[in-house]
Amino acid sequence: MAVITLTNENFEAEVLGSGTPVLVDFWASWCGPCQMFSPIVDEFAEENQGAVKVGKVNVDEQPELAGRYGVMSIPTAILFQNGEAAQTLVGLQPKEALEELIK
Amino acid sequence: MDPFDIIILGGGPAGYTAALYGARAGRSVLLLEKLAPGGQMGTTDVIDNYPGFPQGVKGFQLAMDMKACAERFGAKTKLEAVTGLELAGSGKTVHTKKGDYAAKTVILATGAQPRELGLAHERELRGRGVSYCATCDGMFYRGKDVAVIGGGNTAVADALYLSRLCGRVYLIHRRDKLRAPDSQRALLEQAGNVEFLWNSRAEELLYEERLTGLKTVRLDGGEGRTLDCAGVFIAVGQVPETSLFAGQVELDEAGYVLAGEDCRTNLPGVFAAGDLRRKPLRQIVTAAADGAVAAQMAEEYLSAL
Repeated sequence: MAVITLTNENFEAEVLGSGTPVLVDFWASWCGPCQMFSPIVDEFAEENQGAVKVGKVNVDEQPELAGRYGVMSIPTAILFQNGEAAQTLVGLQPKEALEELIK
Repeated sequence: MDPFDIIILGGGPAGYTAALYGARAGRSVLLLEKLAPGGQMGTTDVIDNYPGFPQGVKGFQLAMDMKACAERFGAKTKLEAVTGLELAGSGKTVHTKKGDYAAKTVILATGAQPRELGLAHERELRGRGVSYCATCDGMFYRGKDVAVIGGGNTAVADALYLSRLCGRVYLIHRRDKLRAPDSQRALLEQAGNVEFLWNSRAEELLYEERLTGLKTVRLDGGEGRTLDCAGVFIAVGQVPETSLFAGQVELDEAGYVLAGEDCRTNLPGVFAAGDLRRKPLRQIVTAAADGAVAAQMAEEYLSAL
């Protein structure tokens, strides 16, 4: 399953209404740690297909989403479960930290 | 499985240069990286002080290119965090959560990471007002007042960057002058919205839901201040990532590996390359140089086996 590009328009349906947990990566193109985090998130998505959905929010293009979830540092990864932000990781994380989230 | 000729810990410029030289010498090379290739270099937006790039180069791009160089000659990368090491004997073992790897030589290139201030609630406020990366997080503080802590090149660069985005920028430094060059101080003064708090250190983070301010104390007996600010950017140097092998490899009092220009540690077949080594200048180019030397020393060690 490909990583989804999340926007204001599809966030409700893809994240809040999702039956499976959704990991959302808040990032921006000019943020070095975000660029390093991106392949980690991709690998995590690849290895956990079916168990967890993975999406990315570009904070430049979607400032409202970043604001709504209080993102003030990127990268930030939030795991959504049943429509709610259940767990948050701030900063560049190893893949194991993402795996811990869904254990 | 046969042991690898060389296992490298850390995928920054030191690690990948060592991997390139080791692989080009015909050795089997495994590089283990806990995060993603690049290390501190990978998190840097644009790099202007690595030679060969007249327009500068994105740190992440340089990281990917260094990885590609090493892998072109057969080096392998695994994104696994090392959990333990046995370095003393002639056969070395590296443990990760995924398994154990055997090696004839090990090159330690785990680098360094930003130092924390050690204030109460610093970790829990990360992402809610506390940041270690001004270029990453500055935009979230557009028009707001912020503080930068430190007096070196990173602190000054952060303060300058933030001065273009934020309301007021407080620069808090424990000395009465910057460690960064005077030309940088002039730029900060010209910015017009940077206020210096000399001989001061941050004492307490004030917060409700998020950071709301900062208490400082004077180190020269003067009166401290309470600053209203939405963000605090911490740039007080680095700490080497050497705790994994602290009991086996000799370190100095600050935690840096005691290895000379030949990158040899106190243990035969174990070498140290890059920012984790005690040295006068920590830059990408000096890390890369260490990587080449460490691989060459590993090669000599392997040839004598």
